[in-house]
Parts: sequence; C-alpha cells; structure tokens
Amino acid sequence: MELIVFYILAALAVTGAVVMVTRRNPLNGAFALILSLVSVAGLFAMLHAEFLFILQILLYAGAIMVLIIFTIMLLNLSKEELREPPVGRIRGLIILVASLVGLLGFIRVFRGLPALQAEVDPAFGNIEPVGELMLGNYLYPFEIISVLLLVAVVGVVLLAKKVI
Amino acid sequence: MELHLIGLGKAVFIWGLSLTMIPVLIWFERKGSAFIQDRVGPNRAAVLGVRLGGFIHNIADVVKLVMKEMLVPSHVNRWYFVIAPFLGITVVLFAFSVIPWADNLRFSDWNIPMQVSTLNGGVLFILAITSLNVYGIVLAGWSSNNKYSLLGGLRSAAQMVSYEIPLGLSIVGIFMVYGSVQLNEIVRGQGELLFGFLPRWGIFVQPLGLILFMVAAFAETNRNPFDVPEGESEIVAGYHTEYSGVRFALFYMGEYVAIVLASAMIATLFFGGWQVPYFPTEKLVAHAPVVLKILLGAGTVVSLVAGLLCLGYDKRLGHWGDLRDQEGKILAVVAFVACAAHLAGLVFLWGKELPAWGLATVATAAQFGAFIGKLLFFCWFFIWVRWSLPRFRYDQLMRLGWKSLIPLAFANIFFTGVVLVLIDRFRS
Repeated sequence: MELIVFYILAALAVTGAVVMVTRRNPLNGAFALILSLVSVAGLFAMLHAEFLFILQILLYAGAIMVLIIFTIMLLNLSKEELREPPVGRIRGLIILVASLVGLLGFIRVFRGLPALQAEVDPAFGNIEPVGELMLGNYLYPFEIISVLLLVAVVGVVLLAKKVI
Repeated sequence: MELHLIGLGKAVFIWGLSLTMIPVLIWFERKGSAFIQDRVGPNRAAVLGVRLGGFIHNIADVVKLVMKEMLVPSHVNRWYFVIAPFLGITVVLFAFSVIPWADNLRFSDWNIPMQVSTLNGGVLFILAITSLNVYGIVLAGWSSNNKYSLLGGLRSAAQMVSYEIPLGLSIVGIFMVYGSVQLNEIVRGQGELLFGFLPRWGIFVQPLGLILFMVAAFAETNRNPFDVPEGESEIVAGYHTEYSGVRFALFYMGEYVAIVLASAMIATLFFGGWQVPYFPTEKLVAHAPVVLKILLGAGTVVSLVAGLLCLGYDKRLGHWGDLRDQEGKILAVVAFVACAAHLAGLVFLWGKELPAWGLATVATAAQFGAFIGKLLFFCWFFIWVRWSLPRFRYDQLMRLGWKSLIPLAFANIFFTGVVLVLIDRFRS
C-alpha cells in the first residue's frame, strides 16, 4: 500500500519536473513545477516529516509559486516572444535518460544503493525538534539569515521606489 | 481493519457535513440579505406545497444549474479552463480533515479522536492547504483569456498572498498561550477557567488576535468587504465571467465551503471549539444522564412550540389557492412527530442505567451540538458582514493588509510573549 503511494508520488514528481523544463509556455512550466513540489511534499509526509510536508506546501507551492505565476501573468507573453528550445526533443530525451542511467550507475558502483527501509526517529521532522534546532543549536545562523532577508527586502523597496 | 473503517466513516462524515452546509449558507445568504434589506426574500419554490421559508429554492437552483449548458468559449485555454473550478473546492475540502468536532470518544479501551487526522502540524496544515486555494481563481482568470478575468485573477493572487501573512501571524499568539499547534490540544486548553469564572477561550486571552484573524479570514475567502477579485462594478464578474452552469456553481460552492472552514477555524481557535462552556468533557460524561434528559426535554419543548407556531401560520388559509395553503399543517405534523419521538425517548430512558459507550456518546453529541452552534453563528456572521459593509477599494485593501494588520500582528506576538514571561516569573 505504502509502496504504491510512494511510486505514484515519485512518478508525479519526476513527471512534473520533466514537463516543467520541456514546456515552452512558462505558465505550463510553473504549474508542472507546482505538481512536482506537491508530490515531493507528499513524499515528506510519507516519511512522517509532517512539519516539512506542511512547510513545503505552505512556502513553495502556496507562496513562492503564486508570486512566480503572478509575474508570468503580468508579463502575458505572446507566442512570438517564446524562443525555440536550444535542444531538440529527441536529443533532449536521450541526454536525460543517459544522464539518469549514468548517475544511478555511479551511485551503484561507488556508494551502493541505500537500504529500502531506514529507521527514523518518530519525532523526526516534527515541529518541536525543528524549533529546538532553529532557536537552540543554530540560533545565530538563523538570526543572521533573517537579517540578511530583511536587508534584501529593504534593498528591493529602495530599488523599486523612486521617491521615499 | 476497524480503525480503517472508523477513519473512512469520519472522513465521509466531515465531507458530508461541509457539503451540507452549502445549501444552509445559500439559504442564510438569501433570507439574511432579505432580512437586512427589509424584503421578504425567496418564498415561491415548493415541493408539494412545502417551502420551508425559501429553503426549497436550493433544489430549484441545483436543477437550473445542472440543466444549463456548460459553455466553453472558443478563445479560452481549454484544459486550464475546465480544471480550474474543480481545484478551488477540492483543496478546501482537504483542509477539513484536521478540524475536531468533539473530544475523543473514550469508553472501555477505545479512544477515537473526533477528527479525521491528528496531524502533528494541525493549524499549519489548514494554512498550507488554503494557500493552494488561490490557484483555482488564478487559473480561471488567466485561462478565460480576457482582460477583466485576468485582472480578477491578478487581484486575487495579490490579495491572497498579502493576507496569508497576517492570517498566519495572528494565531501565533494562540500557539504561545496554549502551547500547541494541534487544534484538539488548543480546544482542550480552552476548557479551563480564567480567574475562576471566565472560560479560557481565545477571544478572552487573544482579543487582538481574533480581530486580525477575522479580517484576514474574510480576505482569504474573498468575501465582502474584500471581494475585489469579482468586483462587478469594475471588472464585470472578475475571474468567473466566462463560466456557466455547473462550473460556475463549483466556484460558488468553493467559496461557501471556504466560509464554513473559516467559521470552523474561528470557532475552534477563539471560541472554544467543541467545548460546552463550564462543562469540560469529564463533567459532561459524569453527568451524561442529566445532559441526555435536558437535551431530550429541550427537543420536546422546542418541537412542540414549533408545531404550535406552524399551526398558527395556517391563518392565511385560502390565500394561495393551491397546495401551499396546507404548508403550515404539514410542517406542524412533522414537528409534532418529532415532539412525540423526543417524548418517547425521554420516557423510555428515564431512570435507565446507560452503558459506558452511551455516556460517552451523549457527551460527544452535546459537544458536537456546541460546535455546530458556534459554526452556524460565524457562518451567519460572514453573511451579516457582507450585507452591511461596502467593498474596499483595491489600494485601501492592500494598505490595510500591509500597513495595519501585519504590524499589529507583530505587536500582538511581542505583547503576548512579554505577558507570558511575566506570568511565569510571577508564579515562580
């Protein structure tokens, strides 16, 4: 049962990713990316990392992608503005399959495939451990990153606004 | 196996409940707007003369919408156009899976949580799922391929992203006070008493949080005074201009289910959820026989009064000249049958010892009743606001979100933290 759900989610995630890079219309690509992100979130949920699952949907699928789609819709590109892909479809497919097989072979030869079922602490990826890590062990990096983000936000406002 | 069956039953139950609320809300909207504007409201559609105060209009609505042609204009992006209406309602129905409608049902060695999923994330799951809600509207606006629909979709995207921030921040105070993000834990925390007489509800410990959450929830559900995505005075009907028939109905169903969800969240986070005020679960279970008698007695009295009122309604006999004249009598018969059933139950159960599962079920039923009562009140509140307030201008809406709600939410979090630390110091 779990294996079936896993394969469905994994297939959806990979399909979404492939469709995202092959579509010419950016909006199709954006929605394929959403499909991929939501499927990865489902994989997180299957690993009992419920907090990561929620954050993945809330931040990536729910907030960031909405902004990206907002931008794409504002640009409202016409068909003539979209460029032909640099690599043809068949050649792209060959490169994709070859690199995938090569990567798997590389892992198989040098590292060995990981065990199918790994033991995970039941509290792994829940809110409490994540919170303790972020506001305990990694307090300073966390705070510095938030200051960095704040600087970025202020900088964008400065750049975008002519009169303050 | 039994656990799977119970889980399936709970999922079907909450799904049915949230969908059943749609006709109730439409009826609220029609009759409520009529009441506020001093009109009569819908009173024509009837089944065998029974109109139920306009409630039967819902059936007429459904028949009309199903019979209508589902037009797909030639200039739209067909695939997205067809899929968009389904996204909205599907996504919102997902979010109901973590809403608790009663305390855990405990008897012998059973302990069944009365929510579909006891997810560790709790409220955050609802926030995450509702943040996907915008895609239905955005897709509909974009795929319709006309300027007004696109503007509606754009407005909706900007509004949803902006108001998600105060929506999330306003309940951080609740998490801090009750020390959990799981809805069931938060509701349990609200069963205690504040200063010995006040229920420790969210409204009393987080009044500012409640206001912020309500405003943001109105914006998230695209309801008046924040329904600029479909502002008909500016952009025709916004994102659903090109839709007709059942696809159009799906947008409305999605909006009403979103209202039910928002009401359930307001009731759960700030008004004690399934808590019956002053009666925590243990007390309810201990006094279950009395509670049962009160419930059955109240049912008897209410249905008796309702039946008598329906008989009195009969005074316009002969006014219509058809089956509708008999409506009062038909409804009175139904009410009297309900009264007799309650009375029979009361007589039958008087002085009988209830088994353990019976006691637990009575307590659960009482809590479910309290939850539904609060839920219905806030559903009505949404309609009340819609017919009382004018719509915001778009720039006003953005200014309110970014310049008022977000700073206030931050101030609320800071203030809550300071007070919690002070209380902690004071106690130790």
